[in-house]
Amino acid sequence: MVYAPSSSPPDAVYLPDPAQTMAKILVAGAFGVGKTTMIGSLSEIPPLHTEEVMTTVGAAVDRLHDPSGKQTTTVAMDFGRYSLPTQDLVLYLFGAPGQERFRALWEDLAHQALGAVVLVDTLRLEDSFWVMSAVEERQVPYVVAVNSFPRSPRYPVEQLRQALDLDPATPLVTCDARDPEACLRVLIALVDHLLTHCT
Amino acid sequence: MTTPSGRRRLVPAFLATDGSAQASRNTLDRLTVLTATTSRVPEGLDPPAHRIAALLSGGALTLAEVAAYVQLPVSVVKVLVSELVDHGHLTVHATLLRSGRRDRQLLERVLSGLRAKL
Repeated sequence: MVYAPSSSPPDAVYLPDPAQTMAKILVAGAFGVGKTTMIGSLSEIPPLHTEEVMTTVGAAVDRLHDPSGKQTTTVAMDFGRYSLPTQDLVLYLFGAPGQERFRALWEDLAHQALGAVVLVDTLRLEDSFWVMSAVEERQVPYVVAVNSFPRSPRYPVEQLRQALDLDPATPLVTCDARDPEACLRVLIALVDHLLTHCT
Repeated sequence: MTTPSGRRRLVPAFLATDGSAQASRNTLDRLTVLTATTSRVPEGLDPPAHRIAALLSGGALTLAEVAAYVQLPVSVVKVLVSELVDHGHLTVHATLLRSGRRDRQLLERVLSGLRAKL
């Protein structure tokens, strides 16, 4: 019996020490907003993906909306690894899809996540609304990171906050998801935010 | 038997677990760290379980990474890993910190670790 892989995964990069502390951070956002790019910028290993089985409800919705009639029953979820060797910690960044039909996956992803980065494209702000509700519903603290696509319009921060109906306490930062240092600063903004609200 | 690349695997995911749908332990998370108990891959395992055991004979990985490398859904890997742990082939090392979000000390460590990367 052959379990034929659809594409060969990269060679395994093992953890140097199994006794490290693992922490989970979500990179959430609408389709095409740069989640995979951000995970790739930060990850020290080639980004990986897991194949997730969709629920029946999700699959049925998929079929209705997919004009090709293709039966999508699985979805690929990206993630990456980011070690903080000075602290014996490893962060895992999980891409969280921003479509309503992936709701079932969110329960598992949001479980025990430290926090989330909600990536936003100013060209399609309204695509982010569902994502923001999804993290809020699960009480995952988050920062909003505007991925500065060259084609996307620039707005004053206040206008953006208003358009997103953002809680005054929730940070809004700008980044270029292709730039590792910019992505690192987003993570710092997130953890700063988590500390401010840690009781 | 070969399959053209880009096609679905021949055996549906639920059959990879021999029909088991439930993991025997619910402590397994995507970020549970796993290692093989011995460096020798145990004999007589079904192909999917064998692949997991063989992969982990090389070192430690999280469950999500195992799922990615063996190209099976996380839910399926949880079941297979449970069985391998039950049979003493794998060791569960650590799991994700619970309520880390409310753990100021942990968050401070994360922050200084991130700042050290700048």
